[in-house]
Amino acid sequence: MNLNNLAEVKSEQEVNGEKSKTLLADAWRKLKRNKAALFGMGLVILFILVAIFAPFLTKYDPIEQLIWTEGIEARLAPPSWEHPFGTDLYGRDILTRVIYGARISLQISISAMAISVFIGIVMGSLAGYYGGFVDDLISWLINVLYSFPFLLFIIAIVAFFPPSLILTFSAISLVYWMAIARVVRGQVLSIKEQEFVQAARALGVSDWQIMFKHILPNVIAPVIVQGTLGMGAIIMTEAALTYLGFGTQPPTPSWGYMISAGQGYLSNGEWWWGVFPAIAIILTVLGFNLFGDGLRDALDPRNE
Amino acid sequence: MGSFIIRRLLGSIPVILGVVLVVFILTTIVPGDPARIMMGQRGDPETIKLIRQEMGLDNPIYIQLFDFYKAVITMDLGRSYRNNMTVTQAVLGRLPVTATLAIGAMIIAVIFGVLMGIYSATHRYTLADYGVMVLALLGISTPVYFIGLLLVLLFCSHLGWIPGTGLGNGEWIYYVLPMITLGIRPLALIVRLTRSTMLEVISQDYVTTARAKGLIERVVVFKHVLKNALIPVVTIIGLQTASLLSGVILTETVYSLPGLGRLSVQAVINRDFPIIRGVVLFMALVFVVANLLVDLSYGFFDPRIRYE
Repeated sequence: MNLNNLAEVKSEQEVNGEKSKTLLADAWRKLKRNKAALFGMGLVILFILVAIFAPFLTKYDPIEQLIWTEGIEARLAPPSWEHPFGTDLYGRDILTRVIYGARISLQISISAMAISVFIGIVMGSLAGYYGGFVDDLISWLINVLYSFPFLLFIIAIVAFFPPSLILTFSAISLVYWMAIARVVRGQVLSIKEQEFVQAARALGVSDWQIMFKHILPNVIAPVIVQGTLGMGAIIMTEAALTYLGFGTQPPTPSWGYMISAGQGYLSNGEWWWGVFPAIAIILTVLGFNLFGDGLRDALDPRNE
Repeated sequence: MGSFIIRRLLGSIPVILGVVLVVFILTTIVPGDPARIMMGQRGDPETIKLIRQEMGLDNPIYIQLFDFYKAVITMDLGRSYRNNMTVTQAVLGRLPVTATLAIGAMIIAVIFGVLMGIYSATHRYTLADYGVMVLALLGISTPVYFIGLLLVLLFCSHLGWIPGTGLGNGEWIYYVLPMITLGIRPLALIVRLTRSTMLEVISQDYVTTARAKGLIERVVVFKHVLKNALIPVVTIIGLQTASLLSGVILTETVYSLPGLGRLSVQAVINRDFPIIRGVVLFMALVFVVANLLVDLSYGFFDPRIRYE
């Protein structure tokens, strides 16, 4: 019966003059048509490349104070050929700091997202698959944690321990796993009732195998979408933390901290210190949002 | 409807108990001895010992937790380490500023968000639609505090329409920019949501029927489409409360407003644990209550939900 179905599907595609395709190829075909999503993807790729190749993109060091080599003119110098984004009060090249800021941002957001995805998939599939008390407990935990203003929650954790990258991304992931867990739970709940899972169960396949072979592959697409959108949110959170003076500490170049340091100079006309890091945040977050929206549309089989 | 309300009320009790538990854990696991923080570096060991006893810090952890639940119920969360104000006084004293700011922001977000969403949906794929969508995307992707900085730069420094940051003598004009700043993110989310749900509803059969029987477009849009498109918008208002309160922290920092957000950041910096507990707890409870109200209003909008 299964083979028959396949044959039917195939012949239908042949009638439409299309080659048979996988979910990924299909998604990529839809994504390619979506200009906004491609633009977002471009921004995301740019951000990742800048973060990885930071040392090759600039000849300065992010914490090097150029007043010692270039003299007092290197202090708060406006954008020029030599310093396209200008310099800050300590004579540090702002372009260099924005580039290295991408590195910090990427490190924190990728790590926080990896932990969130791991916890989220474990918790979400436990809750969705087993239901009952396990589901009640996990859903309760999510409802409780969701009640806190996430920024204050993270601040309350990072503020009392010695600041470090690990602390920052761990604290952030304590908040973001819930979004993943909710998506996974919902997805598992609906998939486990479907016939192919029940058939597997009737055949005596173990819980673990059903989970890993039959259910989790179907959870990946929504997790990718949520994860992409979440990357933007995490980058925004990290910047907000350093803007308020928590999280990674100066002189580490963090975009949020740079905005906070430069904000007092905005009204004096020395706008470049605070504005360029802000543009970096906006473009990066915009990229993840557009790309995530595009992925959601592309990975949804109902969309044609 | 009565039993629906009671069920929802009872349902929020475990969440509230959990919230209190998490606040307790958060402020107990942190390194450092509260008694020492309270006395400063020069406190002598004898006094610190006395204070530890008085604060119950030497009790077993479950007794401390039990005491904390009792303190929450009797609204007696102790006094600030800094100025000896009770936590209730400190929180209630800062509340009006934050409440004005948050409610104002939400009103702006809902009114303009829904209107712009309707406009976008009914003018789909026009230049105006694209414009609104691009603005909404920027609104979601721009840090709150940067929006605030730009508005201050434009309206205070350059145009001089608004005297400056801070609260002055509490005149309403000082609230205008902070409300807009805080409102932009929820506004952008509401625009996007209103537009997409409107588009979904517009293609439903009953809308076609309404048009077919010759109703004018305005009636179709406002009476038939909007009413059903608004339900998800109501949800987002509830869910956005937590994010709004996070935004409050940043907005109050940018505009130097003496509200709960600044109080909480100051308390964290000063390690003023009673205040931290009070503010975090208060904000979380506001979220629980806001979502309870949203749930209840659902039952009001959509009778099917009451019997689920």
